[in-house]
Amino acid sequence: MSNAAGVVTSKVLTPKGGAPADPRGTRQRRHGQGARGRVSRALGRRTTWVAIAFVAPVVVYLVAFYAYPLVQNTAMSMHRYDRASFVTGDAPFVGFDVFGEVIGQARFWRVVGQTATFTLVSISVQFLVGLALAVFFQNNFKLSATLRALFLVPWLLPVIVSGTTWQWMMNPDNGAMNTLVGWFGVEPVWWLNAENALMSVTIANIWLGIPFNLVILYSGLQAIPQTLYEAAAIDGAGPWRRFWSITMPLLRPVTLITLLLGLVYTLKVVDIIWIMTMGTGTSQTLATWSYGMAFGKGTSGVIQYSEASAVGSILLIVALLFGLVYVAIQQREEK
Amino acid sequence: MARAWNAWKTTLALGLTAIMLFPIYWMVNVSFTARESIRKSQLFPFDFTTEHYGVVLNEQLPFLTTSFVVGIGAVLLTLAIAAPAGYGLAKLPVPGGRYLSFVLIVAQMIPAVVMALGFYSIYNRLGILNTIPGLILADSTLAVPFAVMLFTAFMRGVPNELLDAAQIDGASAWRTFRSVLMPISRNAAITVALFTFLWAWSDFLFASTLDREGGALRPITLGIYSYIGAQNQEWGPMMATAVVASIPTAVLLIVAQKYMAAGVTAGAVKD
Repeated sequence: MSNAAGVVTSKVLTPKGGAPADPRGTRQRRHGQGARGRVSRALGRRTTWVAIAFVAPVVVYLVAFYAYPLVQNTAMSMHRYDRASFVTGDAPFVGFDVFGEVIGQARFWRVVGQTATFTLVSISVQFLVGLALAVFFQNNFKLSATLRALFLVPWLLPVIVSGTTWQWMMNPDNGAMNTLVGWFGVEPVWWLNAENALMSVTIANIWLGIPFNLVILYSGLQAIPQTLYEAAAIDGAGPWRRFWSITMPLLRPVTLITLLLGLVYTLKVVDIIWIMTMGTGTSQTLATWSYGMAFGKGTSGVIQYSEASAVGSILLIVALLFGLVYVAIQQREEK
Repeated sequence: MARAWNAWKTTLALGLTAIMLFPIYWMVNVSFTARESIRKSQLFPFDFTTEHYGVVLNEQLPFLTTSFVVGIGAVLLTLAIAAPAGYGLAKLPVPGGRYLSFVLIVAQMIPAVVMALGFYSIYNRLGILNTIPGLILADSTLAVPFAVMLFTAFMRGVPNELLDAAQIDGASAWRTFRSVLMPISRNAAITVALFTFLWAWSDFLFASTLDREGGALRPITLGIYSYIGAQNQEWGPMMATAVVASIPTAVLLIVAQKYMAAGVTAGAVKD
């Protein structure tokens, strides 16, 4: 979830926090208001063209670097490509045959199940831990701001860094994780073998995602008026009661958004899994399966561009479905 | 009593932070431990050495340079495309502006592996696989939608009067954008630049698909990854490289925390 930050942007960042407030702003307003009407009418149609000119680069960019690769991906899933025809480009059109073959494979539903487990366990644990930490960090104690900032580190580090570190900590012979479970009398675990791989990559992924949940939920908590808590305290509500009757209901929109974003991001995770296990054993998800088929290595020895694109397209459809739910909820909240 | 309670909270928070950051400590610890002692898994680098960092300097310098160039390239490209678009969406009557904003949100949800597949076949045809410009283009897609949305949100907060005043004085829209709006939007630009650099620097997926055979033109993420595939995994140099690859994150977090925080919480929650 390396670029999780991005999505959440919608509204808030205003110049009030950062940009120097213009001390002359108020004076200019009086001066400007009468003139503005005249100016904008005079500019009229020309400003529309100016506006188009300013957004044209990003529109061209989106078409060239988002739409085109997507069309290309879909086209590949409907033609039967192999290594040779990938170079020459004359693969036969087969419609949805490749999709049928992929879904028909015995492992398809197993991979879907693993993807669901990875995603749901990741986002629910991340959310619960993130929420607990956010509530805890709401207390103003010494060093609270500094320590909260340090909690961001796992999320800002390159995943290759965390991935290799977790891989080493999960080394069966002398990794730190086995030392840890050893203290509780547990026998050494083969963390990264076929059977345990899903659990292990999920643990690492939870660690990666906690900061994101903490940050969003913390700012959500900050938005709840303190007076509500004070009033409830006067009425005799204890901390537990205040949490369930004030915090949780008022945090509901933020909760929904956090979980949906987490879902969309976790579905498409490739890097942490690939770096730790190459998608072997139970850690294969739709995303790593697609990646492995397209770019060799891992569990699939041969390159299968068409199958990879088909799996990628299935993943895309699922991600976009949840993405649309997210957009719908966000639109409703803005009203 | 309140003070004692506060001290307890600080202690608890220190403990939690230590647990959370343990993997990072462990990486640093291993990177300073001599080869023979790494497998002992000691809590401190008793058998201290800096030789792994010597290996990093010898082997990883070209990859670090590539990552740096790719990061800077992605930042410049992203700023050039996103800042004007932010102005357009925030302040000018863009026809269909709402749809554009919608497309930007959706664009961020597209799985990177799908993008990588599309890019791979396009790059293959254009002959720009394993090139730095190709990687810059792909990495910029990680940031452009985010950047446009951040600029839009920020610029919407700039008073119209400022911009109108410039136009009344005869400045063109471009001049207003460049000489009035951009200087005010400095903080937004810095936030965008920091995140774009960090994402491009950290990118593994595009690098491992579009720049696999780039030799010295591969970024540092692949430099680390090449240790994983090796028959005899060299954990010392690997962890030392990982530490070096984490430096941009550390610098940004310390030097630019204000901007980072702005980007992280930007619009996470409304109002």
